[in-house]
Parts: sequence; structure tokens; C-alpha cells
Amino acid sequence: MSLEDLKKIPYGKTAIELKNISLAFGGVKALTDVSFDVTKGEVFAIIGPNGAGKSSMLNVINGFYKPTSGTINFAGTDRSEMEPELAAKSGIARTFQNIALFKGMSTLDNLMTGRLLKQKQNFLMQALYLGPVAKEEEEHRERVERVIDFLDLQSIRRTPVGSLPYGLQKRVELGRALAMEPEILLLDEPMAGMNVEEKQDMSRFVLTVNNELKTTIVLIEHDMGVVMDISDRIVVLDYGKKIGSGLPKEIRNNKAVIDAYLGVSDD
Amino acid sequence: MIYKETGQYKSSYKSDHAIFPLLQDKIAFSTLMFIAFLIIPFVINSYWEKAILVPFLIFSLAAIGLNILTGYCGQVSLGTGGFMAVGAFSTYKIMTYFPDMNIMIIILISGLITAAVGIIFGLPSLRIKGFYLAVATLASQFFLVWLFNKVPWFYNYSDTGQITVSERTMFGIPVTGAEAPSYATYLFCLVLVVTLSFAAKNLIRSKMGRSWMAIRDMDIAAEIIGVPPLKTKLSAFAISSFYIGVAGALYFAVFLGAIEVTESFDIMTISFPVLFMIIIGGLGSMLGSFLGAAFVVTLPIGLKFLMVDMVGLSAVTAKHFEITIWGLLMIIFLIVEPHGLARLWSIAKEKLRRWPFPY
Repeated sequence: MSLEDLKKIPYGKTAIELKNISLAFGGVKALTDVSFDVTKGEVFAIIGPNGAGKSSMLNVINGFYKPTSGTINFAGTDRSEMEPELAAKSGIARTFQNIALFKGMSTLDNLMTGRLLKQKQNFLMQALYLGPVAKEEEEHRERVERVIDFLDLQSIRRTPVGSLPYGLQKRVELGRALAMEPEILLLDEPMAGMNVEEKQDMSRFVLTVNNELKTTIVLIEHDMGVVMDISDRIVVLDYGKKIGSGLPKEIRNNKAVIDAYLGVSDD
Repeated sequence: MIYKETGQYKSSYKSDHAIFPLLQDKIAFSTLMFIAFLIIPFVINSYWEKAILVPFLIFSLAAIGLNILTGYCGQVSLGTGGFMAVGAFSTYKIMTYFPDMNIMIIILISGLITAAVGIIFGLPSLRIKGFYLAVATLASQFFLVWLFNKVPWFYNYSDTGQITVSERTMFGIPVTGAEAPSYATYLFCLVLVVTLSFAAKNLIRSKMGRSWMAIRDMDIAAEIIGVPPLKTKLSAFAISSFYIGVAGALYFAVFLGAIEVTESFDIMTISFPVLFMIIIGGLGSMLGSFLGAAFVVTLPIGLKFLMVDMVGLSAVTAKHFEITIWGLLMIIFLIVEPHGLARLWSIAKEKLRRWPFPY
């Protein structure tokens, strides 16, 4: 599978199809028999209480975990044995729940790492820094500057990301994923720990990416207001099992979902 | 006021990505190169060559090598001495088998051989990290030194176990052996160090360097964005070992002339000092590699001057004090400025931008 395969799928058709995914670590069952599919071009949310297996689900999608059983179908090709590197090459980018930036590098360099897969010059050329290498660097720098403009990161271009405040780090991480120009963007709690303004900014960025670049977005989020507002479809996990899926308004009235979040009353 | 970038606008990404983006840096660097290439060769004497300049250049190269591996790629190594020995013995063996080969080519091939050895000893880095990796590289240090000591083929079955360099020339002037003039050995090392430093800097500011730093800072995230950990770590081991191998070749062929492996490439004479250089100089900094090498090479000379010539201690007492002061300085340094001399330099630059206004 390659980036072209994902690109070829028309919008509105299934891009990822997960069938009966189970994932176990020894005796701990993280996921049991979960099936859903993600349509190209939509904002798809995975929600659920803590420990429901949401992050594990993302890790399965981008090949970090191998499912114990079940099949994953990307763009019509079976990819149960996905590798993270292959996922990146296929156009899947992601962010992490606990920020996973390269702390010693500047914002600019962090974003430039998103372009690594697209840089083709070999190391001897790099050591000599001949024309083609310089040209390639400039090309990718220009792409990265567009992301910097989009996310308003101009003022922190040269700052080591380790010294940035939390909200900005989250934004830089989104920037790094965007610099990869992905077809599918996996966001693991992009708004965790943010205040209302920061959440609004982040929601705006996510929606703009989805509208303008037509990037498919799979996101995990705990803020129900945000999830109901920005996502097209939702799947709900609880204790590793799927307990509901559908449009936001269906989820809002789903008995099983309400029980999972609020608890079941005794009477 | 002295060091200000006001008015120096960058109108292309290329000029923004230059090695020396500021005019002041360019001038400083050009001046330094002018002095190094056109003044020092005419005034250099044997003392400056043997005690300061040539060891400084050689250890700078070794420090750059280790900095690539440890400072940029985050893989701690204590095997520097072993890898330098590989460079030295490769040079010796190639010299024996190809008496007519140019010394520059011999040294570069020795670097490549060391790179290959580095890849082999880098393989454990895929499974182990941090202190555990340091111990694994320590094994390479002891194994390699043992190997060169144990297998007589490496030292051509000589009785003493020593290897001695034969005379080689560049443009008709001897650069190795006892007859080599000071300016020739100095220039030979300088050309190699300057060229290889630029190559290293170029690697660091392009794709390769960013892959290394990504692996260093967060290997899981690096894997997710498509940096292959295996290839990246091994490339750091290979290129780092190449630099250390070339440094080892120069150390043997140009600097010492004759070596005995357990003495010259011991962990206490090479591996730890080079590690100190990059810690004192600054991990992940090219400038730091040079500053650290300069500090470590000149400190004993400075201390000896202070204690023997100024205070009048006997040389033996001074030697004991030297080791104590050395250790003390290390500790003070790590507490006061854990990011090394390179950080001190950037703080100084920051201050100079504002001087004389203290806001």
C-alpha cells in the first residue's frame, strides 16, 4: 500500500475498515472484537471513559501495536501487519496524548522532521551540501513555513520546544503531523489540559485542516462539547468493547453510552 | 551593540539556513581561518605543534565523532579508545601492504574500516539504551584493545608489540615520521579537520542530522513519523566511527609516530577524556567539540605552568595536584553549567547583543 492508494479513494468512501479487532497484553484485554470504519474526508471521533482502549485503537491503526486477532483494511488492502514506518509512508500521521515532541530541537526543526520521509538525497550529498540538497532543503522549508503560518507559530520558530508552554507544544505537535501532509490524521486528545480559548483555537485548526486540505481526521477527545460539535461520526468504547456508534445526535441519546459515562442507576 | 543582527535581513530560506547566518560570525570565522592557514604555519615551532595544536586538532576530530553519536543521536559510547585504535592499526597495516599509497587516502580508508567496525558494535544499540549501551560499548573498548594486543599479525610480529609509522609525504614534504616538519603535520591535520568539520555540520543541518536528533529526543515519535531506528542509529555509529577512526589514524601516524596499544588507547587516556570534552564543550554542538578539545588539551599545560613555573612545586607533586584539580573542575563545571562551554558562549553572545544596555 502506498500514499497513492489512499489518495485514489474518493471522498465519502471507506478509507480504513477495522473488523473484529482484539488486542491483548498477556491476560489484559485492551480491545475485544471492535469493528468500525472510517470514511475518507470525515472527522471521526473515538470516545469512551478512561481505560476504554481508545489510545490502543489508534496504536493499532498506525501499526504500533499488532492486533491479536482481526483484520485492518486500508484502501482496499489488508494491513493487519502494519509497521509504524509503513503507516507514515502510507500517509498516516498522528499526535500523542502525552506530547511526544523532540524537545531539544527548535519548532522549525521539529516541523522539518515531518518532511524527512519526503527528502530523498543520500548522505554523501548531504555531507557535501551540493546544489540538489540545498534545493531540497529550501523546498521543504517552504512547505513547513506554510504550516507555521497556518498555526501561527512564527514567533517561536527558533525556540527549543522543550521550553514552550503546554498549549503551544500541542500546537507544534499538530504542526509536525501536518508537515507530513497526511491523508489521515490521528489525534490523541489534542485538547487535553487546554483552557476554553485554546480549545477553540485547536478546534478551528482541526476543522480547517479537514475542510481545506480534505484530510481525514480520527480523534480521541474527552470534552463532549467539542466532540459533538466537530465530529461527523462517533464510535464509543468501554472496557475495550464497542458500545455504540453513529452520528453525534444518536450518540447523545444512546442508552448504553449514557450508562457508561454516568453509571447505571439502581432502580 | 557589538554583536547585533539588526539590519541583516534574510530574504531567502537558503541564506537563513547558512552555517554562519550572521555577518559577525562570518568575519570571525574567516579571521580564524586566515590565522590558522596563513599565519600559524610560518610561526609554528615543535613545542606548539606537539603539545598544543596537533593534539587539539586530532582530539577535536574525535570529539566531533563522539558528539555525533552521543550528542546528536543520544547513544552513549565509552568505546572511543577502541575505535581510535582501529583507525591506527588500519593505517599501520595498509602502510605495510601498500608502501606507495598516498597517506591521505590511507587515513580515509582507515576511517572507513573503523566505520564498518562501528556498525558491528552499534548493533546492540537497537535493543539497549543509556547506561546499558555504555557498558556494551565499554566491552568494545576492552575487546578491541585486547585484540590488537593479542594477535601479532596486527603489529607485524614485532617483539615489543609496538607499531611505528614510516615516512610518507604529501607534495614532496614528509607529514609522518621523525623528519616531518612542524608546519607540515599541522597543516595536514588542519586540512582534514576543517574539511571533515564542514561535512559534519552539513550532515547535522540536513536530513541525516534531524533524523539523529529525532531518535535522541523521542525514539517512539521518530518511528511514527517514519524515521527507521535501525538505519538511523547504525548510520550514527558508522559516521561517528569514521571520524574517530580518522582521528586515531592521525594520532598514530602524524602525532605520536609509534604506539603501544594498551598504553595509547586506554580507556583512561582516550575514551573518558574525549567524553569529558563533549560534556564540557557541549553535547550536540559543533563548537562545543572544539571548545571541549581545547579545554582538555590546554588545561594540564596551564596547570603545570601555574604550579611548577609560578608557585615552584616539584613536577611530581604538580602532577598529583593536576589530577585532583581536573576532577574538581569537572564537578564544578557540571553543576554550574551542565550544557557546557558552547552554552556559555551563546549566553555571552546574547549579552553582547545588548551591551552596554543592561535591560
